[in-house]
Amino acid sequence: MSESSLAIRKFSDLANPTRFLALADRVLPWLAALTLLVFAVGLWLSFATEGDYQQGETVRIMYVHVPSAWLSMMCYTVMAISALGTLVWRHPLADVSARAAAPIGACFTFLALVTGSLWGKPMWGTWWVWDARLTSVFVLFLMYLGLIALNRAMDDPSRSARVSAVLILVGFVNIPIIKFSVEWWNTLHQPASVIRLDGPTIDPEFLRPLIVMAIAFTLLFFTLHIAAMRNEIWRRRVASLRRQAARNAGREQLSP
Amino acid sequence: MMSHAAYVIASYAVAAATVAGLILWVLTDGRARRRELQQLEAAGIRRRSAAAPAGERE
Repeated sequence: MSESSLAIRKFSDLANPTRFLALADRVLPWLAALTLLVFAVGLWLSFATEGDYQQGETVRIMYVHVPSAWLSMMCYTVMAISALGTLVWRHPLADVSARAAAPIGACFTFLALVTGSLWGKPMWGTWWVWDARLTSVFVLFLMYLGLIALNRAMDDPSRSARVSAVLILVGFVNIPIIKFSVEWWNTLHQPASVIRLDGPTIDPEFLRPLIVMAIAFTLLFFTLHIAAMRNEIWRRRVASLRRQAARNAGREQLSP
Repeated sequence: MMSHAAYVIASYAVAAATVAGLILWVLTDGRARRRELQQLEAAGIRRRSAAAPAGERE
């Protein structure tokens, strides 16, 4: 068997929810432990490193603000890939993944907005401005809330899956807008200083804790996402078992 | 005017509270769903793929 077909088979094995549950059971404890470990190192570095010569202590807000903002966009990208999985490949777990990711993404976007505000007040002198970066992230937050509301409004996952997949893909246009808003428009928010073509322009003293915290947040996201997907699979099983029980009960009543 | 430290503490506190809430939600949701599945199992309702006795299948 060629390597690529083996890889495809491994991937389609994951399409089986029962296999996914078994895998999640095995992976989650390790992933949770690793997340805790990296968070311990990241938090220690966040407070052990020096403050900035201009920003003072407030530079430490960066170590939660930037990873939250990064996750808010990564989570939406995961949802967009899942939406493609629903529409193109009809992967049975794709909608489960998109649905489980939405509340997590909403929480991290909320965190990015609040910590940004708490950083903006001492450094910019204002909690909020309607510049392109802040506004586009706020729109992302509203999109998350809209998708959660849509998922809750429709009982039947098979019907809501395609509708929300299309909406997720339409909303994906916002992600490059968020990323490049600081370059396309004149914003109060600073331009990118970590992920740039010419390398980071930020001092290693701040870059080290920032990268460790970004890894910790990313691990936290995947731990929560896998656990939430497992919950969603269970939720769907409960719903289908209840339907099955109701059908059986109806049949017993009909046949004396 | 708050001191700089207050903004830092507030940021970390909000982050901790949000993450804790998220973790708590995922855990309690999982526990509730698992309990529902166990109750259904106890009531004799099983998934068709989970070895239903012959004759019960449609």
